Order: sequence, then structure tokens, then C-alpha cells
Amino acid sequence: MDVREQYLAEPYQTAAQQREATFLGMWVFLATEIMMFGGLFLVIYYYRLQHPVGVGEAVHHLHSILAAFNSALLLTGSLCMSLMVQASRLGDYRRVQRLLLLTAFFGLAFLAVKGFEYGWEYREGLLPGMGPESPLKEPAARLFMNIYLFATGLHAVHVTLGVTIILGMVVRIHFAHMKLPERAITLEMVGLYWHLIDVIWIVLYPSLYLVGRAV
Amino acid sequence: MSQKNPAADRAPSYLADEHGLRTWLLTTDHKRIAILYLISVTAFFFLGSLAASLVRIELVTPEGDLLSPDGYNRAFTLHGVVMVWFFLIPSIPAVFGNFLIPIMIGARDMAFPKLNLFSWYLLVGGGSFTLYALLAGGVATGWTFYTPLSTMFSNGHVVAVILGVFIVGFSSILTGLNIIVTIHRLRAPGMTWFRMPLFCWSLYATSVILVLATPVLAITLLLVAAEHLFGIGVFDPRLGGDPLLFQHLFWFYSHPAVYIMILPAMGVMSELVTAAAHKRIFGYSFVAYSSLAIAVIGFMVWGHHMFVAGQSMYASMVFSLLSFLVAIPSAIKVYNWTATLYKSNLTIDAHFLYALTFIGLFVIGGITGLFLALLAADVHVHDTYFVVAHFHYIMVGAAVAGFFGGLHFWWPKMTGRMYSQLWGKIAAVMIFCGFNLTFFPQFLLGYLGMPRRYHSYPEDFQFLHVLSSTGAAVLAVGYVMPFFYLLWSLRYGPQAEDDPWDAAGLEWRTSSPPPTHNFLETPIVDFDAYEYPPEATHGRS
Repeated sequence: MDVREQYLAEPYQTAAQQREATFLGMWVFLATEIMMFGGLFLVIYYYRLQHPVGVGEAVHHLHSILAAFNSALLLTGSLCMSLMVQASRLGDYRRVQRLLLLTAFFGLAFLAVKGFEYGWEYREGLLPGMGPESPLKEPAARLFMNIYLFATGLHAVHVTLGVTIILGMVVRIHFAHMKLPERAITLEMVGLYWHLIDVIWIVLYPSLYLVGRAV
Repeated sequence: MSQKNPAADRAPSYLADEHGLRTWLLTTDHKRIAILYLISVTAFFFLGSLAASLVRIELVTPEGDLLSPDGYNRAFTLHGVVMVWFFLIPSIPAVFGNFLIPIMIGARDMAFPKLNLFSWYLLVGGGSFTLYALLAGGVATGWTFYTPLSTMFSNGHVVAVILGVFIVGFSSILTGLNIIVTIHRLRAPGMTWFRMPLFCWSLYATSVILVLATPVLAITLLLVAAEHLFGIGVFDPRLGGDPLLFQHLFWFYSHPAVYIMILPAMGVMSELVTAAAHKRIFGYSFVAYSSLAIAVIGFMVWGHHMFVAGQSMYASMVFSLLSFLVAIPSAIKVYNWTATLYKSNLTIDAHFLYALTFIGLFVIGGITGLFLALLAADVHVHDTYFVVAHFHYIMVGAAVAGFFGGLHFWWPKMTGRMYSQLWGKIAAVMIFCGFNLTFFPQFLLGYLGMPRRYHSYPEDFQFLHVLSSTGAAVLAVGYVMPFFYLLWSLRYGPQAEDDPWDAAGLEWRTSSPPPTHNFLETPIVDFDAYEYPPEATHGRS
């Protein structure tokens, strides 16, 4: 008998069925996240088309190099996450723990750099409604900065959630509340969620920082 | 059809399995969760009806005497928000979908039972929070939260109400997700897609909409809240924002949301019609695919809400054409139901009267929808009572008739008790008459130029308004009656048989009420949907 059969939830007959259902459920959930951020991308690109001059002015004030460094942090975190999923299938508790902590570290580093970047923008008067006088002349440039703050803020909320879940997994494994490799699928789901956060950033980064910079 | 599930006699029913409030509030049994949903949506339904009654009483006289103009706005906003998000959207999917889908496909439970319970808590939590905000001060924006009214001018609790709707949105998403995974992965051996009852097909289509459209509402409401709190300018022209963008985003969710309300009722209809006619539905695959077609096309028609809002003429033409296209799958369903009834061995029970009500009201609501999809005609009747009458024919006339029809049809299965057929029929007839008396005059009012959302009006309109309010009183009695005789049946009604209507389908092969895991042994499905024996279809004479 498949050892995973001991962990069958009530509605399922076989481990394979449960695995497929879990994956499908997670992918459907990721689709809802994509639809949600999709609305946001619509707003970003609508105003890019509507006010190219104003948006162009705002884009030149954004710190694209810093954000590129941040993207690298997030991607490295994703690499650790992928390795963690591999290790969890092998039942290597120590490796799983180490890689989870490493992923959480990169997530927190991303948030720290992002906070540093917000502080920088605050001192330059780029953030809405606070700090010194804004160097932005066009109203649409200020609108774009507001949308930038909203979009990156919503993404940061997701990163925070992701880090919290990862640390929760670390605690569960530490107190031996998760058997590996039998429950590796839970960690795989966490991995999928983390990669989604990553993918959203990969689209968000050029949409906010890069497009229109060359002009 | 009389084949029983032999094991069912040995297991206690899901109602008798455990006792105490705790076992209900912490249950993961899809049937118990369905009952929890039934209780909560009924409460929301009565609350929303109360607000509607205030509106109708105010409109008896041309002057605004009962409510202040602002109070009137708050009353219809309360009515709209509660009815749309806390009654109609969860009604059939979360009550009957939850109860029936696992049984209909031969599964033990929904795919994610804990998530299922969690989504009920989200509905109740978000609903109570919104309700508190609506009663503590309310909002006067209408259920649509149009900008810039909601972001710059409203003095009500916009953010609190939006937050509540946002939370309830997650409840819808999780229910949809659960239904999709359940239908994909938990069908019993032999239960192929084309052996499923059509109720499952329509709920599947509904769930696709729930999952894909609701997140767009979530981000839109977040933007409105940010705009209201911090003035980020996304919908504010002073910063180059576009208030019309809100309407695009909002209707991208809210038009498909109309199909979230009507598609499940259409699924109920397919069950009611075949059970009354005792035969296989006419054109099974057409009815099945038409559900998916409605879901897909329904995503591409939102612009018909904005014909006079200044969108491009060419966009309007495309949206008009696509809106006409939705009529095709809808008509396929109506024709196939009537073709099923044609020359059938018909049994007329209370639930069948609701089915007839659905067909009649849905046809009127659907055809007047075509008037509104017509670019030139829409300019005349836009934002008048014609629109109000049209969508009430669909969302109240048809969708609520579907809900009540389903309630009467599956009540013996859910509770194990029979109710009085006579009272059921009286209520159905009262609802049909009261509904038409309430809303048909509103078509005339709208055509004559009575705008919606006004609390006073010229005296010429009074006769029609009084007719409408009288109808609302009849309708209210019709809606309250089932509440009493159904509750009465719980205590005094005779025990229900396993298949009281001689209907086909897996849910009728288990006991009434079903045991905790629906079937003690996983059923093996070697029959088609709606497989009635020839003597049932053609009568014994």
C-alpha cells in the first residue's frame, strides 16, 4: 500500500486522486490571483497609453537598478524554493528546513530593500501626500506614482503572506507536525504560491520601472 | 427507479448522526454546511425584502413622505447589496450546489471540506460586518458604487461596506473552486461528464465565472477604497484618472455575476422539468454546452451597461452584437425544456409550478433584455424603470423561482419530510401573480420615462406605482408562506420516501435524508442521466 494512503482526506479514495485534486485546487486559486492582478495591470497600461508624457516623467524618477537588484533577490529565493521541493520529496528534513529559512530570508531581504526604496522616494517627495515638495510637474505623473505605490504595496502584502506561510512550515516541521516525504505535497503548494508571487513581480517590474524609460 | 441503496437503512442520516450546536458549527459535512447556508441566505433574503418593502411603500405616493431622499437612497442600496451578494450569489450554488453535487456525482463530500466550512464563515462574517455598516449609517451609492459618487461625494460608510463585500467575494471564490475540483476529480466510477445531471454542468459553468470574475471585483473595490481613503486618483479626473474605468472594471465582474445568479437556477430547471415529465431531457448535450456558452459569452458583454456613458460607438456596436448572442444559448435551454414537456406524462407538483413560473418570467425578462441590447432603444429606456423591471424578471422572477423550485423539489431529500402540496401550489401561484403585478407596470413606467432611484415622481405615474406596490404586498405573502409550511413540515410532515417524485438521479437512490457519507459504498454508475423506464415516460395506460 502506498504510504500516502494513510494521509487520505475524507472525500478521497486514492492518494493519486487526492494529489490531483490538490493540484487542481491550487492552480484554480492561482488563476484567481492572476485575475486580480490582471485588473491592476489593466489600470497600469491604460494610464500608460492615456498619459505617455506624464507616466514617462514618473518612470524616470523610479530607481530601476535597485529594483533590478530586488528582482534578483526574489528570483534567488525562488531557486531555494525549488530546491526545497526537491528535498522534501526525498524526505531530507534538514535540507528542507535550511532551504525554507533561506527562502524566507530572501523574501524578507526583498521587503527590506523595498522599504529602503520607499524611504528614498519619500525623501525625494515622490510619494503621494507626504515628504518634501514633489519634483513631478504633470498631474498624471503623480497619478502614476500613486498607482506604483498601490501595486507594489499589494505585491508586498503577498510577499509578507508568503514569508509568514514559509515560517509557519518551518515551525510545523520543527515540532514534527509534518511527515516527509508523505506530506511533501503541502510544501509543493507553498512553492507554487511563492512562484506566483515571483511571476507577478517579474511582470510588475518592467510594467512599472522599465517601459518608457528609453524615451 | 425504486432501487434502493440497501446500506442506507443501516446508517444514521446526516441529521441524526451527531447532536449539538458545536457539531453543526464545526461540521465539514457538505450537507450540513448547505443547511447552514440555507439558514443564513434566508435571513439575508428577508432583510433585503424588508428594505424593498420600504422602497415600495415610499413609492405609493408621488411625494417623498416616508423616507428622506437620502434615506430612500440608503434603503435601495441596502436592498441591492444584500440581495445581490448575500442572497442571490450564494443562494443556489452554496445551498443546493453544496448539498447535491457530491451526491449527484456519487462522491462522499466536496473536494475540500474544511475550505467549504471556512467559506460559510466568510459569508456570515463579511455579511454581518456589511450589515452593521449598512444599518449604522449606510451608503447611498446604490449597489454599483459608481465613481466619483462613491469616492468623492459619498458621506456614508463606503469603505466598510466595500470591505464586507470584498470578504464575501472570497467566500464565492472558495465555493466556486470547491465545485470545480469536486466535479473534475471526485466523480464516481462510470460517472462520465455526459452522464452528469445538467445541474452539475450549470454549476460548473457558474463556478468558472465565480472564480474568474470575482477577483476583478476584489481589485476594483480595493481601488475604490484606496481612492476614497487616500485619493490616489485612479478614478479622479483632476489627476488624469478616468471615472469610466471603474464602470468597465465593475461590469466586467457584475455582468457575469448576473449569470452567476441565473445559471444555477437554469440547472435546477433541467432537474425539475425532467422529473415532472418523467423523461430524458430533450437535447442533453445542447443544454450542457449552452451553460458553458453563456459563461464564456457572458464575459464579453459588459459594455452594454455603458451605451450612454460615452464609450466609443464601435465598442458599443460590438457589445450590442455580443449581447444578442447570449440570447441564443438561453433560448436553446428554454426551447429544450418546453420540448421535454411536450406530450409527456406530466405530474404537476408544487415544484413544477415554480418551473413554469421560471419559464414564463425568464422569457419576458430575456426578451426585454434584447430591447436593452439594442443601441437606439437603450437610449430611451436607459436608467429607467424599464431596466429595473427587466433585471428583476431575471434575478427575482426567474432566479428566485429557481431557488424556491429547488427548495420544494429537494426539501424531502434534505429534511426527510413532506410538506403540504396544496399550500405549496397556492404559494407558487401567489408568487407568479404578485411578481407580475409588481414588475410588469414597471416596464410601462420606464417606457413612459420614470427614472430609477427617485423617491418622488409626477402624479401621472401614481396609478402604475400603486399597482406595483400592491403586487409587492401579494409577492411578500407568497414568499413568506413557504417559510411557515416548510417549517411546519419539519415537525408534522409525513416521512418522505427515498424517491417521492419518481425522479431519476443518484440523489434519489440514497435515503431521505442521506447518511453522513451519502452512500456507504461508492456507487458504480452504469446508467445515463435522466434514465427513466419506458412505463414512467409513456404512462401506464
